[in-house]
Amino acid sequence: MHRRCPHLLGRLFVWIAGGFGRKLPANPQTIVSMFWDQQIETMGRSALEQLQVKRLQATVRRVAKSVPFYQQKFAERGLKPGDLKSLEDLRRLPFTANADLRATYPKGLVAVPAEELARLHTSSGTTGKPKALFFSRKDVDNAAELIARCFVMTGCTRDDIFQNMMTYGLFTGALVMHYGAEKVGCLVIPAGPGNSEKQLLLMQDFRSTVLHITPSYALYFATYLESRGINPRKDLAIRKAFIGAEPYTEETRRKIEKALGVDVYNSYGLSEMNGPGVAFECEHKRGMHLWEDHYIAEIIDPQTSEPLPDGKRGELVLTTLCREAMPILRYRTRDITSVIAEPCPCGRTHRRLNRITGRSDDMLIVRGVNIYPQQIEQVLMAVPQVGRNYLIVLDGLDDMTVKVELAESGFDGRVEHLVGLQTEIVNRLRAEILTKPKVELVPPGTLPVSEGKAKRVVDNRRL
Amino acid sequence: MSAVKLVAVFVENKPGQTARITKTLADAGVNIRWVTIASSGPFGVMKFLVDKCDPALEALKEKGPAVHFLDVLAVEVKDKPGALHAVAETLGSHGVNVDNVSGFVANKRAVLVLETHDIPKARAVLEKQGLRVLTQEEMLNL
Repeated sequence: MHRRCPHLLGRLFVWIAGGFGRKLPANPQTIVSMFWDQQIETMGRSALEQLQVKRLQATVRRVAKSVPFYQQKFAERGLKPGDLKSLEDLRRLPFTANADLRATYPKGLVAVPAEELARLHTSSGTTGKPKALFFSRKDVDNAAELIARCFVMTGCTRDDIFQNMMTYGLFTGALVMHYGAEKVGCLVIPAGPGNSEKQLLLMQDFRSTVLHITPSYALYFATYLESRGINPRKDLAIRKAFIGAEPYTEETRRKIEKALGVDVYNSYGLSEMNGPGVAFECEHKRGMHLWEDHYIAEIIDPQTSEPLPDGKRGELVLTTLCREAMPILRYRTRDITSVIAEPCPCGRTHRRLNRITGRSDDMLIVRGVNIYPQQIEQVLMAVPQVGRNYLIVLDGLDDMTVKVELAESGFDGRVEHLVGLQTEIVNRLRAEILTKPKVELVPPGTLPVSEGKAKRVVDNRRL
Repeated sequence: MSAVKLVAVFVENKPGQTARITKTLADAGVNIRWVTIASSGPFGVMKFLVDKCDPALEALKEKGPAVHFLDVLAVEVKDKPGALHAVAETLGSHGVNVDNVSGFVANKRAVLVLETHDIPKARAVLEKQGLRVLTQEEMLNL
C-alpha cells in the first residue's frame, strides 16, 4: 500500500554539504492536527464499528479453522464462527490468558503455515517459560503502520531524527518503533539503551529531535546532562520523547519535560499485541488513542470478568483484528485503566485509554523489563546457601535490590565465601530476568516475616 | 591440632550491630581476647577469639545470627623488621594462599593470625622454618 507523505506545510528541506545537518530543528510553531491515515483515524464511529465487526468475524473464522487452542475453546462453549453477529457478541468469545500463551510455548497460537512466519518476539513469563509471539510479513508492516500514525499524531515528520534508546532484541519495544519511524521517513538512530556518554554524543553529532526511552532512563539521563553541564534546550535539538514500557505518573512526565526540555508523549503497548503503538497520545496529551480498527478494547472487572462501562476503571482486554500470524481473542492484559469515550479535539474518532494505573497481577516492570516475583523466587530457592525469606526492593529511579536471607548452614565464617555467593546470585538472577539487580545477603531472621501471604515486593520508586 | 578456633558471626552492616553482639557475649560471661571485623557492602563478619568458645556460640545462636567456628593459624614471630615478610615469603613460595591476616604484639610477643584454606600445609611449612604455631591455650594465655 502506498501512502502520501504526511508532509508539513512550510517545512523547509535543506541539504548541507559535508555535514549531518540535513534536517532543520523542529519548528516551534503549534501544529494543527496531522494525520498519517486521516480517513481511518477520523472515520465515523458507526463505520468504525462496522469495520470492527467485519474484521472480528474474519478473525474468528480464521482461528476456528486453524488454531487448535481456539477450536477447543469454541467447542466447549458450543460456539460457531457464524454466531458472531455484532460487537455485543464479543463477550461470548473465550478469554485468552497469559498462561495460555505460555502453555503453547514455543509453538504459539499460530494461524498460518510456518513459511508465512516472518518474525519471532518473546515476552517474559512467570515460570521461566516465555511467550512466543509470531509475526507475518504483513503483521510486521501493520505494526509499523500503527507506529507511523502515532509519530505523525505527535507532530513528527520525515524531518525528524529519531534516537531509539530502548532495548533491541527479543523485546518488541525498540524494533517495532524502529520500523514505524522508518516508515514515516525519520532518520533512525538505533542507539539501544544505556551508555549515556554515547547517547549524548549521538544527540550532539546528529542533532536528534525525538527520543524513545523508558521513564527511569529519561530521569537518569537528565541528571547525567546536568552533571555534564549540558543544557538540553540550548545545546541539544531534542524536542519530543516517547515514553512507555513502564508505568509512570503525570508528575514524572512533567519532571522529564522540564529537565530534558521535551514534550513527553505517553505510549502504550504490550508484546502480545505487537508491542508499542497499541495506543498513543496525540498533541492534546489527554489519554492515548487506541487504534480501534486494529484492536477491540474492553474493560472488565478483573475479579468477576464482567464488562464495565466507559469511564470505569478495570482490566483492559484486547482482541486483535488484523493479525495474520497470531490472532488473539480477548487477551487479559492485567493492565488497569479506563476508556475515555468523549470525542478528542484532535478529530480522531478512536477512543482513548487513560494512563495505566497498575496491574491486576504481581508483575513488576523494571527498566522496561517484565519481571514476576516468582522468577526471582525460583532462582533463589535453587541456591542451597539461601534461606527461606527474601525481599525485592524497588527504589530510586528504577533500581532493584533483592535482599536475601542466608540459611543458617550457608555461613562458614568466611567473608570471601559470602561475597562470592552474592556475586553468584546476581549472575543467576541476571540470566533469568535479563536485568542486573543488586543483591544483599542478610543474616537469617533479619527480614520481616509477614502473616499469611508474604510481602515480597516493596516499591518505593519515584516514577 | 594447633589451629586456633574463632567464633565468626554474620551481621548486617548497620549501626548497633557490634553493640548487639558484644552485649550477648558479655551477658554470657564470655571474655573477648581478640577481635576483627570485616565488612563488605551490606554485610560484615565479626571474628572473636574468646575464652569460652562453646558457650559463646550457644549464646549467639540463641539470639539468632548465623554463627560458625573458624579455624585460623596463630604464628609467633620475632618482634623485629622483616618478621612478617619471612612468613609471607615462606607461605608464598610454597603456594599457600592467605585470605586474611592480622597481627598484634602482647607482652613483647608478636603474633600473626592467618586465615587460609590449607591450614595443615601452612602449619607444616611454617614449622619447618622454625616458627612456633600457637595453640588455643597459648593464645589465651599470652
